[in-house]
Amino acid sequence: KEEKQRLRKEKKQQKKNKEKNDEKTSHEGEKKKNKKKKEEQPAVPAPAPPPPAAAAVPVPASEAPAPADKPAKSKADLKAERRARQEAERASKGKKGDVGQPAPTGKLKAPPSELQPVVKRLPEHVQVDNPEVVKKLAKKLERQQIPLRSDYGYKVSLFSHLHQYSRKAPLTQQLGIPSTVIHPAIVRLGLQYSQGIVAGSNARSVALLHAFQQVIRDYTTPPNEELSRDLVNKLKPYISFLNQCRPLSASMGNAIKYIKKEISNIPSQCKEEEAKIKLLNCIERYINEKIVLAAKAIAKYSIEKISDGDVILFPPNCSFNAFEKKRKFRVIVVDSRPRLEGREALRRLVQKGISCTYVLISAVSYILPEVSKVFLGAHALLANGYVMSRVGTSQIALVAKAFNVPVLVCCETYKFCERVQTDSFVSNELDDPDDLIVTRKGKTQLEHWQKVPSLGLLNLVYDVTPPDFVDLVITDLGMIPCTSVPVVLRVKNVDQ
Amino acid sequence: MRPGLHEEWGEIDLTERIEAFLSDLKRGGSGTGPLRGSAEMARETTALLRRIAAQARWSNAGDLMEIIRTEGRRMTAAQPSETTVGNMIRRVLKIIREEYARSRGSSEETDQQESLHKLLTSGGLSEENFRQHFAALKANVIEAINELLTELEGTTDNIKMQALEHIHSNEVIMTIGRSRTVEAFLKDAARKRKFHVIVAECAPFCQGHKMATSLSEAGIETTVITDAAIFAVMSRVNKVIIGTQTVLANGGLRAVNGTHTLALAAKHHSTPLIVCAPMFKLSPQFPNEEDTFHKFVSPHEVLPFTEGEILSKVNVHCPVFDYVPPELITLFISNIGGHAPSYIYRLMSELYHPEDHEL
Repeated sequence: KEEKQRLRKEKKQQKKNKEKNDEKTSHEGEKKKNKKKKEEQPAVPAPAPPPPAAAAVPVPASEAPAPADKPAKSKADLKAERRARQEAERASKGKKGDVGQPAPTGKLKAPPSELQPVVKRLPEHVQVDNPEVVKKLAKKLERQQIPLRSDYGYKVSLFSHLHQYSRKAPLTQQLGIPSTVIHPAIVRLGLQYSQGIVAGSNARSVALLHAFQQVIRDYTTPPNEELSRDLVNKLKPYISFLNQCRPLSASMGNAIKYIKKEISNIPSQCKEEEAKIKLLNCIERYINEKIVLAAKAIAKYSIEKISDGDVILFPPNCSFNAFEKKRKFRVIVVDSRPRLEGREALRRLVQKGISCTYVLISAVSYILPEVSKVFLGAHALLANGYVMSRVGTSQIALVAKAFNVPVLVCCETYKFCERVQTDSFVSNELDDPDDLIVTRKGKTQLEHWQKVPSLGLLNLVYDVTPPDFVDLVITDLGMIPCTSVPVVLRVKNVDQ
Repeated sequence: MRPGLHEEWGEIDLTERIEAFLSDLKRGGSGTGPLRGSAEMARETTALLRRIAAQARWSNAGDLMEIIRTEGRRMTAAQPSETTVGNMIRRVLKIIREEYARSRGSSEETDQQESLHKLLTSGGLSEENFRQHFAALKANVIEAINELLTELEGTTDNIKMQALEHIHSNEVIMTIGRSRTVEAFLKDAARKRKFHVIVAECAPFCQGHKMATSLSEAGIETTVITDAAIFAVMSRVNKVIIGTQTVLANGGLRAVNGTHTLALAAKHHSTPLIVCAPMFKLSPQFPNEEDTFHKFVSPHEVLPFTEGEILSKVNVHCPVFDYVPPELITLFISNIGGHAPSYIYRLMSELYHPEDHEL
């Protein structure tokens, strides 16, 4: 950072010695440097919005044609100088072995055209085995005054790149009361996440948005600061804190992106009260449109797909309450250890008067011959058509495919994300391993698993289902095949 | 001592033992008694059959076979899912036939199975009715049953010895539930090779936990996963090695529930599925008897009574076994070597006589 500032000063001085156009150029160059600095700051877990235009893409060190918006030829040598300086910077950074290196290398490979940079920053929570990343995160959290959560228990070697936390040691135990940095609504939310009180993609997003509404209500702009920039900076430690409590889901990431965009779009001459009301309305509208109404739309489409006398299979994470009694059908709820979320869904269905059957996931191949359709819920839909969902979903889809039963996935569009993934190892979440311990007939086999050196317990939270197992995806935009996800994303991006 | 009284005492003792065995079978199957392995069950059945052959009153092979068949029907009715009992009975019946044929002097191959040619030429059923009396038959039969017992005792060792042929170093092996055969297999391989084992816990009985603790105590790197994660981790697994309750006549399996899912996942990732099953588990049953194929236990395991009001409005199933079709299986490892599933029918004809398939 200091080096960058020094170089900037140097450049400024040099520019002042040059011709009159240089003022404008140096201003642009500064902006460029600013943006570059911001981008190369340590990773914020919610992927930062990619730098908007081609001009902001730092010119790759390789021989790349000049960006299109520098028409005057006299600036060519200025650019060359700047480029050389950037190269020098990058080289010096490379000597330190900075972990930000993958990011500039990624940008080096980025085509210098109007397209956005291809490689986004790798989130910290999948780089636990890289000690530099861990150190960087610790420093960042220290700056933001958020305690760092420590890993627990023996991690299976295939997953040493992920965190594994214990539910018995919540992050809030290490916070002072009252915490000056973090809003109490966020502290409560973080605790609810880490203890599993608020679980499920939709519930987590809605809770997050409500908490942010509370934050905005209590916010006052400090003097000499602009609301649009300061509020975003205020939100950053909250997001880090929530990420420490429980890694953010794709839907939460999208919601945060939306909020940040809305905040930064607030014109600077807007009064504070107006701005706050505008933001609160935005969030309210987001919740209403993307979550509540979307669920209703999905329910409406799904009812079309259910015929009389059907037998439907449900894993529990399908948040499906809007059942009208137009059709007669039977439901089979499939549940799995250790969360056993199916019991709650079972209660809700029984209350609605639907006749239900309840089995564990190991009995799925026994019960599947009776089933006519399988409905699955999704946590996120990835850009290559894979469905990321609660662990066990891919298994049900696999067995359904073997028995030729149609598989339908219900997913709101706000859960679509641009990531791609092919297996369940690279990016996943490890839950508390002690959940697997069970006491049967008074004997707990795994009670002392920590003492046995070669024994590990694996409690995965998510898995990915390949698109050839899925027959149809029901979204609020309609019914699409699994492979149309990038089309929807593109349309959404164009809209925004 | 009057021989008659001795015989009477022997008979009373025998009936008592048979009754005790039957009630044990009935109790053991409900899940409340101590779960006994199939090997023990096979050994006990064979010992009991030897006792019947020694102490019951019979004068010719036909009588003995009739006695054994009657007792056998009672035993299989007591616990239909415990197929090793029926298998041992059929083995003993085949032994009796062989000994009888040998005593008569005719070679064994002539009255093996009925070929189409034989049906046409001999005209009608075989006239063999096993009514001839041979003095040495009793001793021969008992000796042959003793041989069978020794074979039973050595099955696990024979399977264990093949372990190093199938496991290479740094492999990741997946298994499900608890099988003593697979446990011995893996422990034997672990003496010379280092590999990882992933155990699926197999809810609701969670026998996988016991397997995992036992394997990790032998120094094998073990991981316990939930049943729901089987497909998720399958892409990193090199081999799937499982045990089974029964091997069916078509080469399919009747194994603990969750095995079908495991087999489908292995097929999807083209991972070989190896079944370690000793020969006494091979049963001449075919899988299409739907009503007797599945066994269910109390749904309390799945949805406990503490869940309250919803219990009366909900159907809960807790099946114990799964059917795995033979197309999903790559290899059977038994005490007589390795076989493909398509060869199982041949082995069956060596072990059992076709007339004994229906007891």
